[in-house]
Formats: sequence, C-alpha cells, structure tokens
Amino acid sequence: MSRPAHKRPEYHKINKDLFVLTYGALVAQLCKDYEKDEDVNRYLDKMGYGIGTRLVEDFLARSCVRRCHSYSEIIDIIAQVAFKMYLGITPSVVCHNSSRNEFSLILDKNPLAEFVEELPAGRSALCYCNLLCGVIRGALEMVHLAADVTFLQDRLKGDSVTEIGITFLKKLDEKKYRRKK
Amino acid sequence: MTVHNLYLFDRNGVCLHYSEWHRKKQAGIPKEEEYKLMYGMLFSIRSFVSKMSPLDMKDGFLSFQTSRYKLHYYETPTGIKVVMNTDLGVGPIRDVLHHIYSAVSVSRDGLKHLPHPSEESVTVWTLDRCDLSTTHYCLQVIRMMPKGVRDSFIP
Repeated sequence: MSRPAHKRPEYHKINKDLFVLTYGALVAQLCKDYEKDEDVNRYLDKMGYGIGTRLVEDFLARSCVRRCHSYSEIIDIIAQVAFKMYLGITPSVVCHNSSRNEFSLILDKNPLAEFVEELPAGRSALCYCNLLCGVIRGALEMVHLAADVTFLQDRLKGDSVTEIGITFLKKLDEKKYRRKK
Repeated sequence: MTVHNLYLFDRNGVCLHYSEWHRKKQAGIPKEEEYKLMYGMLFSIRSFVSKMSPLDMKDGFLSFQTSRYKLHYYETPTGIKVVMNTDLGVGPIRDVLHHIYSAVSVSRDGLKHLPHPSEESVTVWTLDRCDLSTTHYCLQVIRMMPKGVRDSFIP
C-alpha cells in the first residue's frame, strides 16, 4: 500500500516590511489617540497580552517543546525558539539574581523598530515595542506562570541595547473544575 | 486497529469538539453530561496520579485500558486536552495526539472556530487520512477540517 506524503500544515507568512510598517502605523495611530505616553504603553501592553494568550497555542503546536522544569529553561526557550520563530532574532539571556526568577533578554537588533530613526518629540517615555512585553506576559500566563515584563533599556531612547526584563512571580494555580449547578 | 472516538477539551473544561467513528455502545446519558463526566474523570485521575506517584512525575497520566478499549490522553502546557479511545492493539500515540492538536490550532481559524459539538448539523467533517506504519502497528491519523475552513485551507 503506498503511503501518501506526510503533509505539514501550511504556515501563513507575510512580508516582513509590511509587518514592521503596519506595526509602526499602529503605534502612530495610538499616539494620535492618546496624549500620555503611559496610556499608549498600557494599551500596547494590553493588545500584546491578547495576542500572547492566543500565540502560545500556535507556538506550542509548531515547536513541540517539552515541559520545562525551571525558569531558566523557559527563558531559553523564549529566546532561542519563540523569538527565532516569530521575529527571526535570538536575544541573549542574562540572569539577575541567585533565586533565579529575574531574567533579561538582550536584543541586539530589534526588527520591529527597523524603520524608526528616533522617537517623536514629546514622546520620550514611549515604549515603542511594548506590544512584545504584553505578548510574553500573556503567553506565560496561559501556561500558569505569572510574570512582570517590562523594557529595562531601549535603543530608541538612547541606551546602548534593548533589554526586556522578565520577573517571574508566584505560580498561578490551575483553575479547579467547577461543576455547573 | 480502530479509533473509536475523540474529544478535545479547553482549559476550562468546555468540550471544544467530539468526533465519533466506531462506537457500538453509547453512554446512555446526554452528550453534555458525557463531556462533563469525561473531563471530571480526567481531572481526578491526573490529580490522583500526581499525588500517588511513587517516583517524580514526568509526563503524568498517559492512558488507561480496559479489556475492550484503551483511552489515550495528551495535554498541552496551556491546558488543551486531547482524548482518544482506540482498540487495544495501539501503543503510545502522544505524538499523534500532538499532531492532531497542531493540525487544529495552526489552521487559519485556530481553535476558536471548531464547531461546537452541538452544531453537528452544520458540520461536515472530511477525512484526510495518512498512514503511519511502525513495525508493530498501523494507525490512521485523522486530520479534521470543517468543510467551510477546508475550502480556504490549502490541503
């Protein structure tokens, strides 16, 4: 009996420049909608959170990663597998403390900010890529891990590198099964 | 080698999908009750296994078998559960269950657009089979695509 070829599901791809420019247009529109930088940052984080909660299913389906046993394993997978899969870059990982729950991802190259020369005047507190923080936070929450994710350094603000800080908070309990009355 | 039926649950216990191919005996209770019973059993057995395991847990609960059928279980880190009942000649199929989960969640519409089990009249499942042979058994992997999604999906 002949065996038909094992068909991989088709992965939807789009043009990288289109994606980067669309993101820029999104941030520009948010800047028009909100006057305060904190509001724009918060909204980007919220959008990212919504994306992250769904993106994690796609990631798990495509990457076949094994269950992790430590925070540093998780961070390594985020840096080496997830970032590579979705943004094409591999940030380096730094651990900040001995209790091993505070980490940083150092991005040499930020593909989302490729066409940004500098932040607009009067927008010095804007975290241009705050969507990424929301995505990471949302994805981790769906695997029952609460985390604080913020930008520690940003090339667009004059720092030498872009650094995303991830601090793991206590593990979220799996929701107990509630019997419907 | 036969596949009897398949359940897909989300992290809150809602049955996302149920498919049946070869089931000679029904449970005798309404489908909603059956899904709740299945989910409740899985929740209890997972917690039992983790408590009573004499060694460190690796993957947790994998399967159970009776004299007539075997129930296989796979859970993603996000809490999506895939449950498949097969006959007894089938070995470990975690990778097959993962493949089913991947096929469903990376389709263009993802898990959101799985027709609810109660919408059977709307759904027309098409079967797209590929054979996986090993030296011991041949298992048919069913890739499920609802008709509407399938038309927009490149096979």
